Amino acid sequence: MAGRSIRILLNGEPCEIRGVPPATTVLDWLRTEKALTGTKEGCAEGDCGACTVALGTPDGGTMRYEAANSCLLAVPQLDGKALITVEGLANGGLHPIQRAMIEADASQCGFCTPGIVMALFAFLEGGEEPEIEAIHDALAGNLCRCTGYRPIVDAARKAARARVDIPAAAVPEAGAEYRAGRQAFFAPRTLGELVALREAHPEAPLLAGGTDLGLLFSKERRAFPAVISVARVEEFHRLDIREDGIEIGAAVTYTRALPVLDAEYPGMGELIRRIGSPQIRNLGTVGGNIGNASPIGDTPPWLIAMDATLALRGPGGRREMPVEDFFLGYRRTDLRPDEVIESVRVPRLSAGQLFRIYKVSKRYDQDISAVIGAYCLTLADGRVSDARIAYGGMAATPKRARAAERALVGRPWDEAAVAAARRAIAEDFEPIGDFRASAAYRATVAANLLRRLHLQTAGGTAPTGVFAL
Amino acid sequence: MSGPALEGGVHRAWRHDSAEKHVTGRAVYIDDMPSLPGTQEIWLATSPHPHARILSVDCAKARAVPGVSAVITAADIPGVNDVAPIFSGEPILADGVAEYVGHPVAAIAASDRDAARRAAALVAVEYEILEPVLSIEDALARESYVARPQVMTRGDAAAAIAAAPHRIEGEAGCGGQDHFYLEGQVALAVPQEDSAMLVHSSTQHPTEVQHGVAHTLGLAANAVTVEVRRMGGAFGGKESQATIVAAIAAVAARVTGLPAKLRLARDEDMIVTGKRHDFLFRYEAGFDGTGRIAGLDFLFAARAGNVADLSTSVMGRALCHADNCYDIPNALFRGFCCKTNTVSNTAFRGFGGPQGMVAIEIVIEHIARTLGMDVEAVRRANYYGAAPRNVAPYGQVVDDNIIEEIVDRLSEMAGYEERRREIAAFNETSPVIRKGIAMVPIKFGISFNVKSLNQAGALVHVYTDGSVHLNHGGTEMGQGLYVKIAQVVSEAFQIDLDRIRVSPASTDKVPNTSATAASSGSDLNGMAALDAANRIKQRMAGVAAEHFGVAPGEVRFADNRVYAGNRSLAFDELAKMSWAERVSLSATGFYRTPDIHWDAERMQGRPFFYYAYGACIAEVAIDTLTGENRVLRADMIEDCGTSLNPAIDLGQIEGGFVQGMGWVTMEELWWDAGGRLRTHGPSTYKIPGSRDVPPVFNVHILEDSPNPHPTIFRSKAVGEPPLMLALSVWLAIRDAVSTLAGGRFVRLDPPATPERVLAAVEAAQAR
Repeated sequence: MAGRSIRILLNGEPCEIRGVPPATTVLDWLRTEKALTGTKEGCAEGDCGACTVALGTPDGGTMRYEAANSCLLAVPQLDGKALITVEGLANGGLHPIQRAMIEADASQCGFCTPGIVMALFAFLEGGEEPEIEAIHDALAGNLCRCTGYRPIVDAARKAARARVDIPAAAVPEAGAEYRAGRQAFFAPRTLGELVALREAHPEAPLLAGGTDLGLLFSKERRAFPAVISVARVEEFHRLDIREDGIEIGAAVTYTRALPVLDAEYPGMGELIRRIGSPQIRNLGTVGGNIGNASPIGDTPPWLIAMDATLALRGPGGRREMPVEDFFLGYRRTDLRPDEVIESVRVPRLSAGQLFRIYKVSKRYDQDISAVIGAYCLTLADGRVSDARIAYGGMAATPKRARAAERALVGRPWDEAAVAAARRAIAEDFEPIGDFRASAAYRATVAANLLRRLHLQTAGGTAPTGVFAL
Repeated sequence: MSGPALEGGVHRAWRHDSAEKHVTGRAVYIDDMPSLPGTQEIWLATSPHPHARILSVDCAKARAVPGVSAVITAADIPGVNDVAPIFSGEPILADGVAEYVGHPVAAIAASDRDAARRAAALVAVEYEILEPVLSIEDALARESYVARPQVMTRGDAAAAIAAAPHRIEGEAGCGGQDHFYLEGQVALAVPQEDSAMLVHSSTQHPTEVQHGVAHTLGLAANAVTVEVRRMGGAFGGKESQATIVAAIAAVAARVTGLPAKLRLARDEDMIVTGKRHDFLFRYEAGFDGTGRIAGLDFLFAARAGNVADLSTSVMGRALCHADNCYDIPNALFRGFCCKTNTVSNTAFRGFGGPQGMVAIEIVIEHIARTLGMDVEAVRRANYYGAAPRNVAPYGQVVDDNIIEEIVDRLSEMAGYEERRREIAAFNETSPVIRKGIAMVPIKFGISFNVKSLNQAGALVHVYTDGSVHLNHGGTEMGQGLYVKIAQVVSEAFQIDLDRIRVSPASTDKVPNTSATAASSGSDLNGMAALDAANRIKQRMAGVAAEHFGVAPGEVRFADNRVYAGNRSLAFDELAKMSWAERVSLSATGFYRTPDIHWDAERMQGRPFFYYAYGACIAEVAIDTLTGENRVLRADMIEDCGTSLNPAIDLGQIEGGFVQGMGWVTMEELWWDAGGRLRTHGPSTYKIPGSRDVPPVFNVHILEDSPNPHPTIFRSKAVGEPPLMLALSVWLAIRDAVSTLAGGRFVRLDPPATPERVLAAVEAAQAR
């Protein structure tokens, strides 16, 4: 279907896009092609939120709006969606959140304001109770350097009581392929189509949410001959809770996975809420986090500690492997050039198993971890019968702490065991130091988190975290 | 006859004049302006080395990139390659030597930004690597300075320290800070007739941009017009640094003959332009058994970076705030502005004041821990008081001191003593999480330390329909200056605020302005605007007096009308009548701050017209396993005199506090061994987010406290002082750590990142 345009609703009006290179970010397109300059560039790396827009997806007769960073979004990702920018909110009168922001004195320089308005618009559309922690979650992807946020939070609380629905309009059907110039963007619908495309374009980067690949478009200004999106592959949207585990398709976003994982694995709700921001989690996927193979990715320690199994798909069919074995080296994986990640299956917690995960970073919200520790211990009669411990930020890959595990297995789950594991963990890792944390800090924290684990699981009542106070 | 009540005037909470434009995305920033035909976009080629001689620059490949119109190096600058704000020799493009990683070497103009960027990567520079100076310690050892050391002396510190019953000495420091204004540096230069240049610049200092552009283009000042409607934040970062960006854009516009825009992307902005100075402090103090300081010797060393920029003034203000609220009878304060091969540091909200206060607060706490005393008792032993305890080390009499009153009120409101006991009890039973609580008092001097900068102009026109045009030398960076000055004019004419339109700051309307900086925007421009309005008002009163047949003194302006006894005219009727009588309805206004003087050589005088005071109590929790920390509560009182606009001032207090909290907790500038800044975007440089704001956040403007000095409607400046209230957060973290050290003194310099807190915890536990 070469020559097909991208068709969207832009602020409620049908809009066809042709001739725009597929690596063009929505932010650049809005500002230069559409002269919609209310959407601002603050960082072009998805961390400040000034470029926030709302993406509408038809969902059973209504439209589900989610916040997104337009700087990380490639124009073809809009296909078949409804895009709302700050200019589109004030249709014949201010939106309640705009009015509330004015009345709360919630803008000073005003540069972050459109993005904050859009993030809060999406929050209100989501219908969540405007409780303080939920508002902070909603604002985690938006930086304001002037106000100190208090009036913004106040505005969110007030506006939530006056939310209005935006009428849902019909959104055009998305296409499977978009080309402009010498660049192609593929968005196959089926696994079969995806595998065929992957075989034909082994060099093409895979895009799920694009929250990492988008950096290459936005900041590196990279233009690939072909990009393959897995976001519309129907089979990849599976999120099944079964006896033998939770199966998460490669296109399942963090936002969708959050409530499921929150209910199953203690600490995972908090961990996922700390991944990026709503803007990032609405697009980013667990599959992408695995494929990306960053040593500081937030989910691999959990997957390794839970001994999750990865399903890969290639022309030869499907193969499975433990997530642990997938990471070969720094940003190197066992994925073959003609393969894609299909899904990951995570065992459920069984009786006698305890799980915890801890992330340590400079800032609580929307920061990349210095250290992540994930712990799955099996206790029988007060003794550790099995232990799987994995850390991020401690090596070139997310990695198990096997010496620490050995130190624990067979022992009573007591302070002496913790002390032994703390000593052993020094054998497990030789972390590096960088701007996020020094090697010494990482090593100390990795050991100290074992103490936190024990304090939290051995029946103590004293507080163990500053963010729970 | 009386009209409806005035919808305007001072001492009332008017909204930011752009609020509706902000929330609808219709507020126009420079990059939002419709592109003029032929507009060239600029990208910079910068030095990858901290210190290197530039042997050759080969631009051939860069020029060959399609769309490129010019590759500009120092040799292409038509005028003088120097935009130094105080000294000289501060080029916009490196000339002969590159002095930091990120030093602009060439500017590429092209029809689109990506082409300019691709070309920038193709500029081939041959470098001879030179040895860099990368740290303050290095610079001190080599006596590498950008200017002569500054020395402030009062009494005989050495003798007083020697004679004192107790002595401490130590070393400390504090980190720098990136401004992280959400709108990066940007300028658009548009060539005009007769070689003139119009520059739209995101600058706090249009006049300095005008001078910088004129110098670099070899033009007279009257050929350059600089306009700024609004900035997307500035915080000091667009005081001198904006000139570099604007001058490069202007040179590109001149060379290409086309409009040219330079907008720094976030990483470039953070790498190429200056930040808050990090400081090293060395101290020696002598004191008695009550904690009363007898003598204090301070050595301050600041990382100036590759050039002086504003560093000596920053250091001057640091030394002038190294007393904070305390009487130091014998002082020897020395300041060294270190030349390093890192980006030149610059103005940032507080301008050295915060650093000076960090130093003295360390000394206060060190004294208390040494004597085993309560820190607050040591503070009280040293607060400024009645003569002779009221002379600052720089000779100014502290004649408006209200700090103890504020501290007492705050302590009571915040339940300070009771909460200290509660926290001590909590810590008894909490092995992992420790809480801390601390108070900080603040005294901040208001006025530029350079006398000549303390002046301002304004231009007011009244039109025949009674609407008013207002222009002044102050710039709007979000702080609400435009609405405050409009309130002043509204108050003067007694007309509704919506009848006054403020036009963008422009060098052709009000000339020879000072930077909107040093918290002085409202003080200076408000007085100038009031002067202009009063001139017109006086003339209009003459017309009204004639009309009513009364003496001009009997004419009264109120509620959009002009009264003489029980007769009145609408303001617009009087405006039309004045025009008909051929009376001028336009005036310029001017103000210069009275009573200030400063001997920069001796560092003595009265640099400040008055002081703004405040205090804050912060409560924190730290995790002794990870160093993670969090502010649980903050209570503060800030002295705004009689506030011009309590809503705007509240925003300044809250925003300043949170920005200061970022500086003392999570904001960390991290350079690698090669002198490269590695935290240059929000993914690596963390400023506070909404959840970091204390869940209990009680912010108060001090009531019933008109400024005893004759400022604009007895208000006080509020831009910078609240930032320093956040030092309480750092002190509270220190307090929490000290509970592990048996009350002993432990070093913990800001920023108190989790890593630094954990190191301090380990040091405390190791003893």
